[in-house]
Amino acid sequence: MSMLLYLIPVALFLGLIGLGAFLWALRANQFEDLDGAAQRILFDDDGPQPPR
Amino acid sequence: MTVNALDIGAAETAPDIDPAPFVSRDPDGRDSLVLLVDGIHCAGCVQRIEKNLSALPGVHQARVNVTTKRLRLSWEPSATDAHALVGALTRLGYESVPFAAETASPDQDREGRRLLRCLAVAGFAAMNVMLLSVGIWAGAFSDMDAATRGLFHWVSALIVMPAVACAIRPFAASALAGLKAGEMRMDLPITVAVLLTTAMSLFETVRGGPHAYFDASASLLFFLLIGRYLDRQARAKACAVAENLLVLQGATATVLDLDGAQHAVRVAELQPGMTVLVPVGARLPADGTVLRGHSDLDASLLTGETAPQAVGPKDQVFAGTLNRTAPLVLRVAAAGQRTLLAEIVRLMDAAGQGRARYVRLADRIARVYSPVVHLAALATFLGWIFLVGAPWQQSLMVAVAVLIITCPCALGLAVPVVQVVASGRLLKRGVLLKAADGLERLAAADTVVFDKTGTLSLGRLKLANLDKIADTDLAAAVSLAAASRHPLCQALTRLRPKIAMLSDVREHPGLGLAAETADGELRLGSAAWCGLADVPSGHDGPELWLRHAHGGAVRFVFEDSLRLDAAATIAALKARGLTVELLSGDRPAVVEAAARAAGISHWRASCAPADKIARLQELASQGRKVLMVGDGLNDAPALASAYVSMSPASGADISQAAADYVFQGERLDAVREALDVARQSQRLVVQNIAAAFVYNALAVPLAVIGVVTPLVAAIAMSSSSIGVILNSLRLYRLGADRETRR
Repeated sequence: MSMLLYLIPVALFLGLIGLGAFLWALRANQFEDLDGAAQRILFDDDGPQPPR
Repeated sequence: MTVNALDIGAAETAPDIDPAPFVSRDPDGRDSLVLLVDGIHCAGCVQRIEKNLSALPGVHQARVNVTTKRLRLSWEPSATDAHALVGALTRLGYESVPFAAETASPDQDREGRRLLRCLAVAGFAAMNVMLLSVGIWAGAFSDMDAATRGLFHWVSALIVMPAVACAIRPFAASALAGLKAGEMRMDLPITVAVLLTTAMSLFETVRGGPHAYFDASASLLFFLLIGRYLDRQARAKACAVAENLLVLQGATATVLDLDGAQHAVRVAELQPGMTVLVPVGARLPADGTVLRGHSDLDASLLTGETAPQAVGPKDQVFAGTLNRTAPLVLRVAAAGQRTLLAEIVRLMDAAGQGRARYVRLADRIARVYSPVVHLAALATFLGWIFLVGAPWQQSLMVAVAVLIITCPCALGLAVPVVQVVASGRLLKRGVLLKAADGLERLAAADTVVFDKTGTLSLGRLKLANLDKIADTDLAAAVSLAAASRHPLCQALTRLRPKIAMLSDVREHPGLGLAAETADGELRLGSAAWCGLADVPSGHDGPELWLRHAHGGAVRFVFEDSLRLDAAATIAALKARGLTVELLSGDRPAVVEAAARAAGISHWRASCAPADKIARLQELASQGRKVLMVGDGLNDAPALASAYVSMSPASGADISQAAADYVFQGERLDAVREALDVARQSQRLVVQNIAAAFVYNALAVPLAVIGVVTPLVAAIAMSSSSIGVILNSLRLYRLGADRETRR
């Protein structure tokens, strides 16, 4: 049972890291444009693009 | 010149808007501007816009938000300016409209973000505490000793107390606001139950007892916050689209200074006495008098009248009318004058107050529910002390168990989940649900009142006597008409878009068109213009005459065309048991014809805005719940005073702001669709609430006799919540069934 004394803090710490990451992302406007985020991963080369 | 086909359902004509008045100065010294951009569909568009604009000198940031179709630009004011950037965007192939900074501020969604933060904290707490609770429940059947259980309870307490302190705030704030207003909202029993449960569990933990309900309070908040957040997001999305639609109409005015110089001013900043230039295709920015120019004004949004109206110097003109044929210069009417717009706003303010008194179903239930629940808990507490003779700690424990079991988790989810599914389904069909209680009110509607112009009809004129006109005559007329922006001429040109325009067409505003051909002069215009002054009209709608060089004349008569599915929609609404009426500002003969074509037997013509309100109040006093569908400025007060209201996206901005629903596209069927979805949702809401009550009726006796343990509470609560959610999701299936049957 003494294992619990390590495992519970470890589990909580990992959970808190996740929560902290989420709150940071929220603060950094990562959730402002979910449709855009899905499309931005398709950007490839640099340099200006031709007009359409 | 126009941003015509904005894929979100553009206003018919949005003139080029000068972006300069919309630029705002950031604290870091840069200028910034938010633009609504047309035609962003794919990653390629985003990349093309961002890369090309960022590459321009002086541009600090160009960032597209695909969800809202808005582009945020910021730049060094010394290096470039708004005109250059908007020009560059246009050269890339994207039309844009500027956004006023106050409507596009980045923290407009502060409320949604606050909910999401609470949701994250509650989720973290619920999951970690559940991890410990499962251990405790398993331990109850095996060998867990009291010390380990105590440790688990203490860890749970450490997690849950700060989480509850954070995540309870949206509920507590709403419950307090309700109490201040003297009413009991659903948030009150939620707040009381969560706070009492947490406090009691802490007490139990200190005492070393077995009954700690930390997992219940955390997961309760988690579930409820999910419902609340989704509800908010669905409405925020609909409101963002509605806002985009409004921006298309909001514009700048071109002010002429005394020395003749022009500069752009936002409409809201116009001062009385200013001289304003109104180009062709723009809406008049303010009420006023014409100083120079002759033109035709389309007042259909204002009065419901479809025939254009000719104006000249000294004529009084009204904001919201569309300038069709020639530029006008007008003087803005002095403040305090009795302007039409001011009158409409005053009527709206007076009419909208009734709407605010509507109490949502969930809150109506809460008025009964929360006193009953709190009294039941109190009775349980007293009963255990005096009848059973239990110690007060144990009695309090049982009373808290009653509160937990009755905590309206399922009730709190019953409405929002249905609401989210319904507004998602409507959004896909181009119907924006703007009001939070719109579904409830629409489901109860038993009478529909339509406006004519722009609502039943498209507000677009079409040739009525096409079958009586020779093709050569039509071709000759179109070859002239193609040169003009007059609505009647455009209606002709739409019929034969491929016919070439004659080379030398002269337009005489208010009279007609003329061109020299090999045979002589060809004229198109009013009867007088064609030298036919005393021809009896015999037709109420607008008309055009064509005079050939050899003297023969042909008459073209026009009428406002109904939406293609108008009659079918009216029939469908009647089949659903609704009474349909037509109230219009147009002339009786025209309204009667439209009513007959659409299959409406009750109609009234020549209604002023106040007449429409009077009719709605008359219906309301007969106990009718009226759905008002209208688009014009003259409908706005009626929209605000009706029980529930819809407006097409082509309507006046003030009407869209007043309406509960905005529908896009040319199909009137959206009205029927919205009604069906609202009725289905309401059925599901009632089912959900009934299920929650049945569950309470079963569980409360168990809680009162004291056999509810934390495990039972957790199972009972989550099963009822999941049941309600699953039932709500059936709304997707109900919709799909109906579509396959069609």
